[in-house]
Amino acid sequence: MSFSKLGLRTVALGYLALLLVAPVAMIFYRTFEHGLAPVWEAITEPNAIHAFWLSIEIVAIAVPLNTIFGIGMALLLERGRFRGKVLLGLLVDLPFAISPVVVGLALVLVYGKTGWFGGWLTEHGIQVIFSVPGIVIATAVVSLPFVARETTPVLRELGTDAEQAAATLGASTWQTFWKITLPAIRWGVVYGVVLTTARALGEFGAVSVVSGRIEGQTQTLPLYVQGQFENFDITGAYAAAVVLALLALGTLLAMNILTRRTRGRTTV
Amino acid sequence: MLGRGLLGLYLSVLVLLPVAALLAKSGSGGLDAFWREVTGPEAQAAIKLTLATSAIVVVINAFFGTLIAWVLVRDEFPGKRYVNALIDLPFALPTIVAGVVLLALYGKNSPVGIDVAFTRASIVLALLFVTLPFVVRSVQPVLIELDRSMEEAAASLGAGPLTVLRRIVLPTLTPAIVSGVALSFARAVGEYGSLVLITGNLPFKTEVGSVYVFGQIQNEDLPAAAAVSVVLLIVALAVLGALTLVSRWRSKHVL
Amino acid sequence: MAIEARNVSKRFGDFVALEDVCIRVNDGALTALLGPSGSGKSTLLRIIAGLETPDAGEVEIGDEIVTDAPARTRDVGFVFQHYAPFKHMTVYDNVAFGLKVRKRPKAEIRARVQELLGLVRLDGLADRYPSQLSGGQLQRMALARALAVQPRVLLLDEPFGALDAQVRGELREWLRKLHEEIHVTTIFVTHDQEEAMEVAEQIVVMNKGKIEQAGTPRELYESPRNEFVMSFIGPVNRLGDTFLRPHDIQILTDADGSTSEALVQRVVHLGFEVRVELTLHDGRDVWAQVTRESAEQLELQEGQILAVRLPPPRVFAT
Repeated sequence: MSFSKLGLRTVALGYLALLLVAPVAMIFYRTFEHGLAPVWEAITEPNAIHAFWLSIEIVAIAVPLNTIFGIGMALLLERGRFRGKVLLGLLVDLPFAISPVVVGLALVLVYGKTGWFGGWLTEHGIQVIFSVPGIVIATAVVSLPFVARETTPVLRELGTDAEQAAATLGASTWQTFWKITLPAIRWGVVYGVVLTTARALGEFGAVSVVSGRIEGQTQTLPLYVQGQFENFDITGAYAAAVVLALLALGTLLAMNILTRRTRGRTTV
Repeated sequence: MLGRGLLGLYLSVLVLLPVAALLAKSGSGGLDAFWREVTGPEAQAAIKLTLATSAIVVVINAFFGTLIAWVLVRDEFPGKRYVNALIDLPFALPTIVAGVVLLALYGKNSPVGIDVAFTRASIVLALLFVTLPFVVRSVQPVLIELDRSMEEAAASLGAGPLTVLRRIVLPTLTPAIVSGVALSFARAVGEYGSLVLITGNLPFKTEVGSVYVFGQIQNEDLPAAAAVSVVLLIVALAVLGALTLVSRWRSKHVL
Repeated sequence: MAIEARNVSKRFGDFVALEDVCIRVNDGALTALLGPSGSGKSTLLRIIAGLETPDAGEVEIGDEIVTDAPARTRDVGFVFQHYAPFKHMTVYDNVAFGLKVRKRPKAEIRARVQELLGLVRLDGLADRYPSQLSGGQLQRMALARALAVQPRVLLLDEPFGALDAQVRGELREWLRKLHEEIHVTTIFVTHDQEEAMEVAEQIVVMNKGKIEQAGTPRELYESPRNEFVMSFIGPVNRLGDTFLRPHDIQILTDADGSTSEALVQRVVHLGFEVRVELTLHDGRDVWAQVTRESAEQLELQEGQILAVRLPPPRVFAT
């Protein structure tokens, strides 16, 4: 029995090592094998810095928007009474079922030069596709469902008793939301925000389509990785990839701390 | 009321209108034109390759995902907590980085002498990487909840370990495995970022559906891109829709 | 403040929760809504609080019609079945909540909260969180929170339902005393007839969305209007269409013209009370309730044949 257990453990861990750990370790090794100097040089290159700040800017716009939307949608789906609720829930989850490239294409078909709103946007001097607004929209679409998804079950578990108690004590809807509902669901929301941020930082396919991938202008950090790789600047690509990988590891850490927190709370 | 209006507006701008525009574009030349785009030699090859590689990937995921979940729940070893945390790495890691990372070990300058770059094997490898968490994360909670007394009862009735696994454990896990498989499949069908560097995007050889769509957008052949996009969308929705229906049916009739 | 509900109806989908219900609760009264689950008693309470809207009918608190007023403007204190504690707030903040949203001065809030914590005997626990309290303590915290805003009426939904038997007994007595002290009009919902009899001054018996009977505990026990009330309040023997209270069956040593014979099947000693299971001469089974003393006097034994005198049976028109 313990022999077969050891066998299963070896196979499972071996698979993980070959698929996950070794490749990620390899890129860290390759990046730093000639010391820190070339890495520093690569990531302080103007286009790299521009890409980094563009990514941060996108996250700073898309994540708050999706957080507000996600909380509102979760409240609507969990507390609202209306027809077509199931359908609305599916619609909110839809971005998870669409290929990022297809998301990009769909946005081009609405907001591009020849798209539905293309003429109107051009007339008013607004450029969406091949510029920052397009990247923000694409990022917001692909990371749309996370907050709503993580918040809805927490709201369901919370129930309506505490909110009703607040109402009988004289609290307005707004007071009830800020003082009762939001504090109770906050870890669920934060978990959703962490996932949204990770996805927003790393989004590639949709942004690749709508950004035009113009160096130093519409190139986000993931696009920069691809750009350097295709230009045979392996050091630059690896260095930027390592920056993104470190952010991902930070995300993992945050997810684990939050999971323990939310579990801790629900077992109380 | 104002709140609902804003939620609706946001959802329309981001999801509803774009999907409507996509459907409109794919159908703009009529059903014949749509069919012609989808069955063109290159498009057809890309769609078939997508479905085939996704199918292979979910079979491997079903096996290794369940195995990993089992080891994480029933086995004890030092560092288990870290291994458990690591499972979510593919969800946190940007897809393009996943591609770069795999190339570093299994590409042209592989230090271990394995070079899968620009082959169909590279598609499977990249898809396995990005879909790893699905089956593990859906099986794990069910295994934790699984009542061990059921297994012990079976063993006390004279069932050997393999019989217990086949007759007691696997049937209980099947819904979770199916759910993980469906999510993996939907994700694999649309995957792009992790494939773009490692597969080389060779038509008829390593070009999957999403890569084909990207190519057609670059060629400004939007009807062709839209047609294949709709196929990918329908496949993903069909799989996820079937999953929803099956799990609803189960929760009504089994529990 | 008096409470009145007139012709209130409510349905949830196909389920009729309340059908044309009228009740009146006098100022300062302590009233129980008693009924089995699904009888509509909680729905009626929630409609009075403004947590549900009736499909038809009116609700009046004091002299004010509040049917369309939201819960937060009704000035009712509501204690939820599972107490609905604000888990992320201390006991102090829970009790202070209603005063804080009313923007009362800090000093006033502090004084009022201290006073209430004293009243519900939670003085030392102001800084605890709900997760650190027992069921009985949570219950009292919920009551203090509801009373803090000096509500016009106090409504309690199954207030003792989730507590164990001993705590329940203590809290019942305490609630009655508290009511004597503060005299706020109080309605509580319960499915436990003993609890209703013990605590309430007035009981409203509900069944299937309708009111069966309202009155003092004694009125309901002694002159139930129908079969349902009779069998819901107190023990009952059913003989065809007629009903007998077990303690109204007299067991005698000597037969006379008004008695008939019965065979003792079983004698069950329940402390002070003794339960005697009998088969009457016509083959029907009943049980009688006698005191231990009279059981000893009668020297009751299984298999013995006795004389019993049945009270005039009650028959209800159906």
